[in-house]
Amino acid sequence: MSTVIKVENLSKRYYLSHQQKENFPTLRDAITRTASNLGRRLLHPLRASSGQPLEGLDSTEEFWALDDVSFEVKQGDRVGIIGRNGAGKSTLLKILSRITEPTKGRVSIKGRVASLLEVGTGFHPELTGRENIFLNGAILGMTRVEIKRKFDEIVDFAEIEKFLDTPVKRYSSGMYVRLAFAVAAHLEPEILIVDEVLAVGDAQFQKKCLGKMEEVGKEGRTVLFVSHNLSAVRRLCARSLWIDRGQVSFLGDTEKTIQSYLSSSIPMKEGIVKFKEQQDKPAYISSVELLDEGNNAQSSFLVNQLVKVKVTFVANRRFTLWRVYVDLKNPDGTIIFSTTTQDNRDVCPIERGIYSASLIIPSQLLLEGPYLLSVAFGEPPTKRHDYHENAIVLNLCGTSFVFDRKIGFLSFPFEWELEDELDDKERC
Amino acid sequence: MNEEDFDLIIEPTKGFKNYWRDLWRYRELFVFMAWRDILVRYKQTVLGLAWSVLRPVLILIVFTVLFGKLAKFPTEGNAPYPILVLAALLPWQLFANALSESSNSLITNANMISKIYFPRIIIPSSAVIVSCVDFLITLALMAGVMAWYQYLPDARILTLPIFVVLAILTALGGGFWMSALNVKYRDFRYIVPFMVQFGLYVSPVGFSSTVVPDSWRLLYSLNPMVGVIDGFRWALLGGDVDLYWPGFFLSVLIGLAFFCSGLVYFRREERSFADVI
Ligand SMILES: Nc1ncnc2c1ncn2[C@@H]1O[C@H](COP(=O)(O)OP(=O)(O)O)[C@@H](O)[C@H]1O
Ligand SMILES: [Mg+2]
Repeated sequence: MSTVIKVENLSKRYYLSHQQKENFPTLRDAITRTASNLGRRLLHPLRASSGQPLEGLDSTEEFWALDDVSFEVKQGDRVGIIGRNGAGKSTLLKILSRITEPTKGRVSIKGRVASLLEVGTGFHPELTGRENIFLNGAILGMTRVEIKRKFDEIVDFAEIEKFLDTPVKRYSSGMYVRLAFAVAAHLEPEILIVDEVLAVGDAQFQKKCLGKMEEVGKEGRTVLFVSHNLSAVRRLCARSLWIDRGQVSFLGDTEKTIQSYLSSSIPMKEGIVKFKEQQDKPAYISSVELLDEGNNAQSSFLVNQLVKVKVTFVANRRFTLWRVYVDLKNPDGTIIFSTTTQDNRDVCPIERGIYSASLIIPSQLLLEGPYLLSVAFGEPPTKRHDYHENAIVLNLCGTSFVFDRKIGFLSFPFEWELEDELDDKERC
Repeated sequence: MNEEDFDLIIEPTKGFKNYWRDLWRYRELFVFMAWRDILVRYKQTVLGLAWSVLRPVLILIVFTVLFGKLAKFPTEGNAPYPILVLAALLPWQLFANALSESSNSLITNANMISKIYFPRIIIPSSAVIVSCVDFLITLALMAGVMAWYQYLPDARILTLPIFVVLAILTALGGGFWMSALNVKYRDFRYIVPFMVQFGLYVSPVGFSSTVVPDSWRLLYSLNPMVGVIDGFRWALLGGDVDLYWPGFFLSVLIGLAFFCSGLVYFRREERSFADVI
């Protein structure tokens, strides 16, 4: 098998700017800065000529989103890419798909690349489903003839026949995602690059998409697939790449990569994790705590203790609709359950402020073992304002005798009914 | 395995050798983007179309009254004053709309730029096409006004496409500069509308450029739109109208310089668009 992607010593530098009040630089700022530098240069001609950067010249900080990354992908490989938020996965994909240039290093690619970093890029809300299929197809690199040929298939896959001539601004978010993915799924590149696009859409559709991607893989195409959904990676990819802080931490067999990723992602032992402030977001999660009945934070509990997962979050504005999401995974990434504040009551609107939501995991629900909890704060139907994967580890310790040890996921004390079939009356 | 076996090598700041080939390959995207802009423009508001007609009519009336009736500026040849104004309004509107559309185009399509690769130059270029539709509408208006005054253009009208292309190239040059600067410094957004407003009065739209004293004509032609507008009048008003050739060539030269420098600047800045947008 020949190599189709060869990445050598790839690095990417970004500049983070601290100074601007607004997000974007303006000419006004540039002029005032140049003027003040000029003034300083006149006052301190020696310092300026010695080539040292002047203070305040620009208060940007450099930051390596990718740092000396090398790897190779063979033709027909399906490679999963995993790593925490901000590890540099999207940056890698952006370089591979030529959206941004690397700062150092080199990538060699053989074959036509199609990349899907987001579903529905370029969709225009005013245009109809039909018009958007053509537009989006062209944006993704399909020719008009190609789109025409696949048109019916795309419409079928998205299940939107009836709404073909409705502007997509009237679509439900589910329909929108289905249509967007359907277009992308019918690309026929030699190399397909997919970022976390499956994070949206309902479970059934996700399954359909995964199926479609599997099909693409079976046709001998090369696939690079970034996902937080480890079981999807497991299902789709034989090999995986784990990126941590811009570097390759592990590359190899998917099982091994996932194992080492999970075992390292155990973040703390204290029963509380604090996250940094993000005042620029509408809302963010500031901490997650694991508490026992007496509200003491700890990280290990007995199976027959209840556990409170207290999620504290800061709302920087009013929210009419909001949810805190928690899901719990076992170490191999299988989600045991996921729940939201909406599950058993309607939440009321909240004003700006700091709030907490506590999830109570009943005693004797889960088997002993380590679990990973991920938390998110979102605004239905589609906005996820903050998300921390594997935010905290919950350890449940067993109390039972060895020979009573259970297998599976739950240790729920199920009811049993016992009867003596010979005697009429119940025994014990 | 050696280099020749790969189709694409990505390296820092080398640019992409096959940029122009890619541009050809993405030509359909150009068409689709233009098509999208046109669809959206005329779909969003019923007023869209009405506005395209109304705006030039209003300017036409105001300028005719202001410059023709009150200030009593001379016309060119024996053309009625409204036709003189409209002949200038045609290229001016084309230029002004094209410049505004393409200057904002990168910001309006920011999401596409950060998620998809394609030759970025497609965006400011395709944004110009919508203005061509408006141009055609104003052209129809011109035909109507000429019919009303029973004023017939002569064979020079066949040269009109040359001047149209000139107006578009000038606008594109400005569009390349402004759209790239807009990504870098967000307050350029406020400069373009101002330039367009200001330009309407300093360019010979409401009056003939013959009112400018001869000794100043060449200097006046440093404004590339002066050449284009004079060219339009020369082509549309027919027989008695003369073109001031030195000024015209200077304008054309400036317009082309605009276009080329814009193209170079755009290509240079293009690389970092996805990172800063
Ligand atoms: N255009 C940009 N300018 C500055 N920093 C950026 C830019 N894009 C990404 N980053 C930073 O680079 C890091 C890696 O980002 P990304 O590749 O999106 O991570 P991942 O996809 O693994 O979550 C993050 O810390 C992010 O803040
Ligand atoms: Mg990402």
